[in-house]
Amino acid sequence: MAEKPKVAFYWCASCGGCEEAVVDLEENILKVVDAVDIILWPCAMDFKKRDIEAMDDGSIAVAFINGAVRMSEQEEWVHLLRKKSQMVVAFGACAHLGGIPGLANLNTKQEVFDTCYHDVPSMDNKDATVPGVESMVDGHHLHLPRFWDTVKSLGQVTDVDYYLPGCAPPADLIWSAITAILTGQLPPKGSVLSPNKACCDDCPRKDSKPDTLEITEIKRPATHLADPDLCFMAQGFICMGPATRGGCGSRCIEGYMPCRGCFGPMDDVFDQGAKFLSAFASILTPKDEAAIDALLDQIPDPTGTFYRFSLPTSLLRRGKMGTPV
Amino acid sequence: MTQRITIDPITRLEGHGKIEIFLDDKGEVANAYMQIPELRGFERFCLGRAAEEMPRITQRICGVCPTAHHMASARALDALYHVDPPPAAHKVRELFYNLFTFEDHTLHFYFLGGPDFIVGPNAPAAERNVVGVIGKVGIEIGGKVIEARKQARHFMAEMAGKAIHPVFGLPGGISKPMKSDLVDALRKAAPGFVDFAQFSLQAFADIVLKNQAYVDTILADHYAHRTNYMGTVDPDGKVNFYRGQLRVIDPSGNRLYQFEPHEYLNYIAEHVEPWSYIKFPFLKQPGWKGFVDGPDSGLYRVAPLARLNVADGMATPRAQEHYEQMFATLGGKPVHSTLATHWARLIEALQAAETVERLANDPEILSPVVRRLPEQPPTEGVGVVEAPRGTLIHHYATDAKGILTMVNLMVATVHNAAPIQMSIDKAARGLIHAGKVTDGLLNQVEMAFRAYDPCFGCATHSLPGDMPLRATIRDARGEVVTVVERKTRLGA
Repeated sequence: MAEKPKVAFYWCASCGGCEEAVVDLEENILKVVDAVDIILWPCAMDFKKRDIEAMDDGSIAVAFINGAVRMSEQEEWVHLLRKKSQMVVAFGACAHLGGIPGLANLNTKQEVFDTCYHDVPSMDNKDATVPGVESMVDGHHLHLPRFWDTVKSLGQVTDVDYYLPGCAPPADLIWSAITAILTGQLPPKGSVLSPNKACCDDCPRKDSKPDTLEITEIKRPATHLADPDLCFMAQGFICMGPATRGGCGSRCIEGYMPCRGCFGPMDDVFDQGAKFLSAFASILTPKDEAAIDALLDQIPDPTGTFYRFSLPTSLLRRGKMGTPV
Repeated sequence: MTQRITIDPITRLEGHGKIEIFLDDKGEVANAYMQIPELRGFERFCLGRAAEEMPRITQRICGVCPTAHHMASARALDALYHVDPPPAAHKVRELFYNLFTFEDHTLHFYFLGGPDFIVGPNAPAAERNVVGVIGKVGIEIGGKVIEARKQARHFMAEMAGKAIHPVFGLPGGISKPMKSDLVDALRKAAPGFVDFAQFSLQAFADIVLKNQAYVDTILADHYAHRTNYMGTVDPDGKVNFYRGQLRVIDPSGNRLYQFEPHEYLNYIAEHVEPWSYIKFPFLKQPGWKGFVDGPDSGLYRVAPLARLNVADGMATPRAQEHYEQMFATLGGKPVHSTLATHWARLIEALQAAETVERLANDPEILSPVVRRLPEQPPTEGVGVVEAPRGTLIHHYATDAKGILTMVNLMVATVHNAAPIQMSIDKAARGLIHAGKVTDGLLNQVEMAFRAYDPCFGCATHSLPGDMPLRATIRDARGEVVTVVERKTRLGA
């Protein structure tokens, strides 16, 4: 019997939801285990960097990497896995777009540290101690990985072959990606492994999606009730569906909440937030700039809404700071 | 010559955990450190966000227990917006939350924590996993475990959009009422959840409690720490996962405090060490005393054993019977034996299953009124739930438009950070003498971890296998002297 293809799973700055998503393959996970030789999976298997270093370059068939790149150690791992792997798949929204941890690009490292280790009200830190890369404790030298100022997506750190979108990716997309890889039936390099159509196209509420939007008020889920059957946009709620790739199964809509864009933009769209704004403005009934601006001003936290999952890979990439991006 | 031992489990607490053990020139343990080498900074980058988005943002702290963050956040939003959800909304949330607790707890028992006992702490490593468990308890049980997870997660997705990262929590309630066909299915499934939790407790009794060696292991001083405990209780003083007051007891079992979630800052604070990104909470009285237990220590523990220690009993009848049996067997309250957490976890799973059954049969669960809109501007709010791994606190303040100006998060495993550090130290000191390291070190350290576990093996807890460990012993120049390791194989 021919040697089974070697597969690696690795995580960077992530929550573990992508690992759960793999387990949610249920009985199909056993087929995966049968078909491949998993040589790296931190949540389930032992490994050390030097075990991977000892492998021949290109000897891993495919590495699935989830999470954004936030710490120095993560970046080192990504470069190592790229060198050893024939194919790298960015798994889930954080690896694909930067994800929610990427919202930290609105701040600097210093601001994050100031808040977490100083400002929060439960902190008792009169000595202003902060964790450091190198420290001496009781005469012992201890080391921590470096915390970067800027969060990056996987594709900003290394060459990525395919992107599997979603927070977390749904089981059917994971399964079809694995099947495509095992059978060699792959789309062109760089593809996002989900249909290139808007989230709205599959939406159970799409029949009520308006061509023009006659709203004078932006509604917020905190303070307004939403109709359970009508298009959120038609009701005046911000829904990222029009600027977001489909294939998610409309899971949030089925929970009666608007889309927040975790699948990222469609092909040929670089900036999901800008795409949303242009789509939104184009259907608004008020056409004069002042009226449009007045409406847009009602949107709370536009950056954190339009770029919820994609700030590091947007045109903005990050907020202003003293040091280079 | 001073030696350094690095144990790099590379499993997760927000990524990774690492242990450094230093030996003195006699080869005895001088100091041991558990380091958390990752930080993502949610408390900062959530500033400026719209408050109602927090249940959907903060759950990305943990994709294994996103439901705990989602629910703590929704509770914090209720307080922030000064709005109490309608009764049906509380009931749906509580049902959802107990479904999650049941699923998470039972899975932990079969896949992660249980194998040490069911298969045996000294069994060959290759058998000490879920497959070994199935070999011992029977193949049909393995199917039951997978089926229980599948069923529970299916219900969760139907109720709240997704099982990983649910979406339905809002200030004053939830976005989606229950549908009658879903409630019918839940009513049919719930007795099976109760049976499964009871079966699991019976398996624990037959396999663990009837084996004196295992009972001795649980009670070994090696795995005990005399600490304070914290957990949530309902108005009758019974364990509650979804809401209640926080109660703190001292190592002798005397009640120190009982307070509302929003008063937490009067009682607990956090300490920072330069060598780890994790913070170390402690009781303000007596204050931070370092990594020590005992009557003068300010350290407290959370999670299943802590909850049972602080409460007057369980909220459901079947779970109460087991609660009484546990404390009778282990010598009364409070129990300090860390490994008893496994027993406590199963008792909690039974309470969760019984609660699911009760709420599924509550006619009010079908009410379409699951949301009360806020009528006052938001100000500040604290939400607390009991996550599977312990007390979880979300604390927000906003401007009048509901834009966040302050976020403070005290996460379950963080409360236990200092006690885990102590446990590692104790395990290392108990095992390593004269510079000799054996494979036993790995399992003992692993067992000390695992009782608190899950966030260390956060994702691991749903996968077969032991926690992978490798100990590298180096001399002072960094030359490798010995490597001891145990690999973990998926499905092996």
